[in-house]
Amino acid sequence: MTALATFQDAFAQALLAPDLATALDALPPDVATLARQPAFAVYRNTVTRGAVDALCANFPSVQRAVGDEWLRAAATLHVREHPPRATSLLAYGEAFPSFLAAFPPAADLPWLADVARLDRAWTEAHGAPDQPTLEPAAITVLTPAALAAAVLVPHAAARWLASHRFPIHALWSRNRRGEDHFADVAWTGEAVLVTRPRDAVRWIAIDAAHAAFLDACTRAGSVAEAIDAALAADRNTDLARLMTTLLDAGAFTRLSGADERAVRAPAKP
Amino acid sequence: MTAALSAGLSLKPAHYAEALDAPADARWFEVHPENYFVDGGPRLAWLDAIRARHPLSLHGVALSLAADAPPDPAQLARLARLCARVEPALVSEHLAWSAWRGTYYPDLLPFPRTRAALARVAANVSIVQDTLRREIAIENPSHYLAFAGHELDEVTFLAELSRRTGCRLLLDVNNVFVGARNLGYDAGATLDAFPGDAIAEIHLAGHRADAALGASLLVDSHDAPVADDVWSLYERLVRRIGARPTLVERDDNLPAYAELDAERSRAAALLAGAPALPVAA
Repeated sequence: MTALATFQDAFAQALLAPDLATALDALPPDVATLARQPAFAVYRNTVTRGAVDALCANFPSVQRAVGDEWLRAAATLHVREHPPRATSLLAYGEAFPSFLAAFPPAADLPWLADVARLDRAWTEAHGAPDQPTLEPAAITVLTPAALAAAVLVPHAAARWLASHRFPIHALWSRNRRGEDHFADVAWTGEAVLVTRPRDAVRWIAIDAAHAAFLDACTRAGSVAEAIDAALAADRNTDLARLMTTLLDAGAFTRLSGADERAVRAPAKP
Repeated sequence: MTAALSAGLSLKPAHYAEALDAPADARWFEVHPENYFVDGGPRLAWLDAIRARHPLSLHGVALSLAADAPPDPAQLARLARLCARVEPALVSEHLAWSAWRGTYYPDLLPFPRTRAALARVAANVSIVQDTLRREIAIENPSHYLAFAGHELDEVTFLAELSRRTGCRLLLDVNNVFVGARNLGYDAGATLDAFPGDAIAEIHLAGHRADAALGASLLVDSHDAPVADDVWSLYERLVRRIGARPTLVERDDNLPAYAELDAERSRAAALLAGAPALPVAA
């Protein structure tokens, strides 16, 4: 190995060592000499702070829910376990929701990982590719049989999450908007759809049937299969309303596999 | 192309609307390309809109050119795509490393300036320039640590890097000031030694005393106005080399746009009064 590579291995090790003093003995002398200088703390602090700041920026609802001090402490531990790999920190924190799910101090906040997953959904939606949204009118020109056989392709920015146990829409969106009122929240399962139909990220409350419908679409299931999935989740779901809700939110980018011959002739004026 | 640029500002999302409305008068805006490594959405839409009105500079912080490894091809491809999209007037990076064996360390890390390191950095700069099909400028970072293993001083290293690769230099005056104070060398003499012909861009920024170590350690914090000492060094530099596109850089503790723009105007006024020296091609 070259001298530069050896140097970088040791310097990198010293940057993220939880306890620098005990790590010094294992370092080659040239790097140990540098790491003993008080100014080495500038690099250690900057590296960790940069990653922790990114987690705070990328998980604002978590930050609001648990407070800055709690989040920074958790984030600092996470950075040691999962330091950034991508050189853009815009999307850093992919593993943070599952870290929080298994984080003992968060054991009495069992909904926190889902709030983190929704923050993550927002980040992914914000930077997703630009795509057109499927206009609600696009499906009205299909015969019922053609629509049943077609596949609704989810928009690249669409993300959704359902919880059977926690009111994740209320917890996430109120924290995201900086609201403090939670007394009226009904403690039941909720689902959220995050979309970016044009230039801004939006979200709505959906229910488990909508989420099951979207899951089926992600698997490239036909509309008929997606309807089956929605009814399996809730046999009383209002399918017409479900379709309108998802289309209006911009959940889909296009129809694929619609049989062109089955398209209804335009109504005569 | 760059000769027409005056003084510019770091562009932050909080100032998108003001930047878009600013007069198109040779001012320009600089961003970290890594903050635009997204596939779509409002960030890129804002950048496109501002680019339609003002020149842009892409100032990378993560190509890790001083790592003992070639730049990450995926990251380089994203940079090339962003360059094709916004056609920046300037592209720059740092004489530092920040990614190593798959981990990203969000800082500009130092290394021993050996002849072997020079060969590696030169090879990496050439890979970037060949991929982007343009010259890039390389910036002198701030220094905090006293190295025993340097074979070359920084100016010699950068001048030789420029000679070997054809890259230009980005001279950060604040970084020279901070490094000189921390390590005990003469900032003015260091500035005077930089080869003027190679300098494509100048950076100005604020610094502060380290929270733990006090005034004995200055940190290149980019969270304060440009210090008077740094303005003096800048005047001295511009008197010597002539006008160069100059950035007032601010990354943290962001003030109102007007406050930053006042600093930018101060730099622009100095540039307007600079001797009209020929700019090297």
